Amino acid sequence: MSIQRLFIANRGEIAVRIVRAAQSLGIHTIQAHSEADTDMLAVRMADQAVCIGPAQAAKSYLDVDRVVQAAMDAGADAVHPGYGFLAESPRFARAIEKAGMIFVGPSADTIERMGDKVSARQAAEAAGVPVVPGSDGRIDDMDHAADLAGQIGYPVMIKASAGGGGRGIRIADTPEDLTKLAPQARQEAQAAFGDGGIYLEKVIPQPRHIEVQIMGDGTDAVHCFERECSLQRRRQKVWEEAPAFDLPEPTREAMCQSAVDLARAVGYRGAGTIEYLYDAAADEFYFIEMNTRIQVEHPVTEMVTGLDLVAMMIRVAGGEPLPVAQSDIHLTGHAIEVRLNAEDPLNKFMPFPGVVGTLVLPESGGIRVDHFLYEGYQIPPFYDSLIGKLIVHAPTREAAIDKMATALEAISINGLKTTIPMHKALAQSPDVRAGRVHTQWLEPWLDAGNLTTDQTGGAS
Amino acid sequence: MADIQSPVPGTFYHRPSPEDPAFKSTGDSVAVGDTVGLVEVMKSFIEVQAEAAGTFDGYSVDNEAAVSAGDVLATLK
Repeated sequence: MSIQRLFIANRGEIAVRIVRAAQSLGIHTIQAHSEADTDMLAVRMADQAVCIGPAQAAKSYLDVDRVVQAAMDAGADAVHPGYGFLAESPRFARAIEKAGMIFVGPSADTIERMGDKVSARQAAEAAGVPVVPGSDGRIDDMDHAADLAGQIGYPVMIKASAGGGGRGIRIADTPEDLTKLAPQARQEAQAAFGDGGIYLEKVIPQPRHIEVQIMGDGTDAVHCFERECSLQRRRQKVWEEAPAFDLPEPTREAMCQSAVDLARAVGYRGAGTIEYLYDAAADEFYFIEMNTRIQVEHPVTEMVTGLDLVAMMIRVAGGEPLPVAQSDIHLTGHAIEVRLNAEDPLNKFMPFPGVVGTLVLPESGGIRVDHFLYEGYQIPPFYDSLIGKLIVHAPTREAAIDKMATALEAISINGLKTTIPMHKALAQSPDVRAGRVHTQWLEPWLDAGNLTTDQTGGAS
Repeated sequence: MADIQSPVPGTFYHRPSPEDPAFKSTGDSVAVGDTVGLVEVMKSFIEVQAEAAGTFDGYSVDNEAAVSAGDVLATLK
């Protein structure tokens, strides 16, 4: 292991997770933090802590020069970016390497290539991975766009090639819509991302979101099976499972193999995720994008495979070959993760950054809680509302949902409003239990009033 | 004389976006429900609205300042 001193350029629960993984490998940990994060749990746990600037993320966690300088000053030989912030910034990865340190993740070139939707799609196609029928790259000629949309078949989605997080997406149901919406999408993309490139994609009705976890060492790659992340609100995942439910075995094998093919084709190093839309009616899957980082929902994969993905990504970043072969990785049982956010689901998901009161976390017998809480901790209002994740593991999906329901009753985070009431209601939903969900399911379910104080007991 | 307080902790903005002017300037008349600023809390933007009418007497904290719930953000005459 060439990594001796790891600088953690992130905060919250993922920082805690990385500190733990690094310490399990005997690595000295240096935790970065903003002025607003002096009291966070990862700072207390790490061997060393370094302040990198004011509360605002733009002046601390997102400031490439500052973070790189802080890591150098602290004598770090590697930097783990976590997820979010600079995790998928090729500029950050390059700056770290230029400073003589190791970036725990893929190369800057790979991040760049997979970060652009058009070049990512081209890489997927070249590796033989099925992609959503659509334009072959960006379109600048609107007549060409109309011809293509006719061939793909309406409705079509118009997307910004530089976009992300669902921004700038429009759906055209007819050629008239396309004529009207495509120029708007170009203008918006230009204003938001400084790049007016757009592309077209077929609309898959009621798609499921399934993604494959891969791990590579720069030469070889393996998959760690798939996750189902169809329960989403505003395109943010709220409840994730491993494996996907009722996925025909040949489909699972093909999907996982295609992810490995793509990872190998781009010489991928580290943990990555290949995201697919799955059309259950047609039993077809399509590549949508690749995330070149560890993800929030990685614990469900760890629960069903027994692997420590964060430790593994640190090891391969340090130059080790993959410590497992594909034949060593097996699926055992079913795992579910729910995201615990400091938001009030009964009041339009209003953020609620309070002080943590009495904390009761059930953590035994297949129940895991990844978090950064302790009693008396003031959740800072400056960052994401994710305060933790509750993960359960059981022999079957049905047993896992039962276990999730029980764990949700047992968990108690006083002083905050959290999304726990929503998860309690989801665990009781017949549609969730039967797997009759897709990416468009959750919001109408919430709008239909399935979440009320009475049903959920109003517990926090 | 009335104080306008922050409903939530977070970062206070005088302007709807960095390119725009401030919501209110000293001497502007303020009606009940007028937006005088935004507080960013956990990546959400909450509008701060006047609960009383009056004349704007200025912001009490800087643009982009960190604020706590209940902090006085602006005053009315």
